[in-house]
Amino acid sequence: MKLGVEYPSMSAIETDVVIIGAGPIGLFAVFELGLLDLKCHLVDILDRPGGQCTELYPEKPIYDIPGLPIVTGQELVNKLLEQIKPFNPQFHFSEMATGLEKLPDGRWKLKTDAGTEIIAPVVVIAAGAGSFQPKRPPVPGIEQFENAGDGVGVHYAVRKMDSFRDKNILIAGGGDSALDWVINLAPLAKSLTLVHHRDGFRAAAHSVNQMRKLEKEGKVKFHVASVKAVHGEPGKLTGVTLSGADKNEWHHETDAFLPFFGLTIKLGPIAEFGINLNENLIPVDTARFESQTPGIFAIGDINTYAGKLKLILSGFHEAALMSQAAFHIARPNEKLRFQYTTSSSNLQKKLGVS
Amino acid sequence: MKIIAKNREGKVHELEGRDGWSVMEILRDGGLGVAAECGGACACATCHVYVTDGWYEKLPEPSEAEIDMLDMALAVEPGSSRLSCQVICSAETDGIKVTVAPE
Repeated sequence: MKLGVEYPSMSAIETDVVIIGAGPIGLFAVFELGLLDLKCHLVDILDRPGGQCTELYPEKPIYDIPGLPIVTGQELVNKLLEQIKPFNPQFHFSEMATGLEKLPDGRWKLKTDAGTEIIAPVVVIAAGAGSFQPKRPPVPGIEQFENAGDGVGVHYAVRKMDSFRDKNILIAGGGDSALDWVINLAPLAKSLTLVHHRDGFRAAAHSVNQMRKLEKEGKVKFHVASVKAVHGEPGKLTGVTLSGADKNEWHHETDAFLPFFGLTIKLGPIAEFGINLNENLIPVDTARFESQTPGIFAIGDINTYAGKLKLILSGFHEAALMSQAAFHIARPNEKLRFQYTTSSSNLQKKLGVS
Repeated sequence: MKIIAKNREGKVHELEGRDGWSVMEILRDGGLGVAAECGGACACATCHVYVTDGWYEKLPEPSEAEIDMLDMALAVEPGSSRLSCQVICSAETDGIKVTVAPE
């Protein structure tokens, strides 16, 4: 649901491994690949590392990471980032991997929706359950008002605040995003209405207080209601039908409708990469964690094999074995030297500890 | 113990609940199309169901955390919306009727 902006084609980046997904498994893969001197670029649709760990449960404790009796999602990601720092991974955040093609020289070219092109002999898909995308309210026909233009129609994010100046805005939701945008857009909107299914909000208390103040001052209207229908001509939203607590319905005119219900995970464009899928998962062998397309590996929640457990610790193991196989593809003429970080001064030098 | 569950297409499934398991786990394993992205941590609202036919009132009240998380669910119906990962199967829920919410 991103805007269909065309970016000029930049010159492609060349590297050893391109990793799709900067969740815990994608991050640890950087470490295992780094020990083998393979450089990585990571692409993630989120604007920061961590994937589900930081998007869904940053504050929730995890108890089954070996050696860490208790660690939150955010702490684990912070520690992984610290661990891979010596390998200087390059991140491409807020970008969705949209296309993958095989080059005549056998390498792969990955494209993103921001126009980035990365060429590598090895692709590692560590995409969890897919890419995080905004939740779209189940209102019939809502998609025809998406991408309707700056400041009008349906938007799941605010890119340019000023495009909403002097517009009639309707915001739906009760979380931090919904209330933050109520507070930020109210001063420049022609009118701003917030709807939520209850007279209570999960958003931070100070945001709620600010919203209540704006409501008192008449700068924001709040209704306990939900959007049941959207109206307008193709590409031009004119209003919505709201349904209140007692099921009474009324028409509400608006230029823009901004639903903020957080993110959900959709497999996304990976489904069109030409890789064999089984119920939205990538079947792999358990010696290499390679998909049925040579050179494309899948680790973490996105893969499937006999006995698969969707655990972070399993993904770490998968990353280690994948790296050994990836080495032979990226360095076909070199001998892989298996070493321990405890005893190898060579590895310790790479890690910057000796 | 039974769970009478309607999927998004309106088809009714009779599932066998397990004491102490969450309704989400039974729906997910039963192929009702419940994503349950966070795995039952009350952190994503993708196991949203409507508890119908008088069963909502019979359940223990939702926690503050669940009420907050329901703010991230789509098409919430006050008085029937619950996160199924927070509804635990027991003798008291035998025969509970739920409908999987739209996504």
